[in-house]
Amino acid sequence: MALVKCDGVCKSYGKNSILKNINLEIPKGKIIGLLGPNGSGKTTLIKIINGLLETNSGTVLVNGEKIGINSKKVISYLPERPYVNFNMSVKELINYFSDFYDNFDSDTAYKLLEKLNLNPNDKLNTMSKGMKEKVQLILVMSRKADLYILDEPIGGVDPATRDYILDTILTNFNDGASVIISTHLISDIEKILDEVIFIKEGSIYLTGDADELRTSKGMSIDEIFREEFKC
Amino acid sequence: MRWEFDNDRPIYIQLVEKLKLFIISGQYEPGSRMLSVRDLALEAKVNPNTMQKALGELENLGLIYTKRTSGKYVTEDKKLISKFKDEMALEKVHAYLNDMKSIGFSKKEAMDYLKMSKEE
Repeated sequence: MALVKCDGVCKSYGKNSILKNINLEIPKGKIIGLLGPNGSGKTTLIKIINGLLETNSGTVLVNGEKIGINSKKVISYLPERPYVNFNMSVKELINYFSDFYDNFDSDTAYKLLEKLNLNPNDKLNTMSKGMKEKVQLILVMSRKADLYILDEPIGGVDPATRDYILDTILTNFNDGASVIISTHLISDIEKILDEVIFIKEGSIYLTGDADELRTSKGMSIDEIFREEFKC
Repeated sequence: MRWEFDNDRPIYIQLVEKLKLFIISGQYEPGSRMLSVRDLALEAKVNPNTMQKALGELENLGLIYTKRTSGKYVTEDKKLISKFKDEMALEKVHAYLNDMKSIGFSKKEAMDYLKMSKEE
């Protein structure tokens, strides 16, 4: 059974059609790149899978069940915009997460923080942008989830921070879990992807195994993207 | 750098090439135990699935083998390793000769250049 199955998913705001008949299956144990230009519908699709938006038509199943309490238990989501209270200290946030989620592992979180030389009593609003992003990623990756959905996890951070983020993703996702990474910074992440989903103007444009696409097109995923989405 | 990749060629093929080189060069000694798939993937900063696929390929070539309970090992068959070493040496020689040909040198001239560089 697929981890996530989207069937004919449509979403519009008024006359504005954002997602048009999305059919998609996310298998277990894969790292998947959800790639598309700005405004292509990546975040909308992610919000639907997370139960933050309703579809106009079509269904989304997670582990064979409709979106709800059970799907939220198994999906760990890093939104594109900051979502935690920056007035809280790291320690307070860890307690908050561990109250909120059964599958949150505080030990993992503290271990990852140690590597950053962070004082758990520091409040987030005293930290740099890159550090805030790292802390939020740590919180998300410290849950033992079936699916991690990371919306633009490497946007706007320096290359060293990018490497740290990719490392953290590779080290911490569960065996058998899947990761969806949405981004338009493809060259930085493409070597860790199993599969890619190209989304364009609200439709699935191309899907496939990353290495097979490289073989058949003789190009990197980044080059394929540039080719397909040429303005 | 030990692990570097061109994004325009399949990553798993490049992993096979790299691992083969480590075995041929003796960096991974015959009969030694390999790191786990996950640890190797982390070291190379690639997806564990991709590393798994590459190791499967090396296993098909006979360069590594799996002991049921304790993981993967480099082959002890030194003849096989030197066979792959010869193969790689020939590939490099062909590549060199082709490069020299493309800038207009005959095989003999290419060899003269080789000798010259040795004397330097």
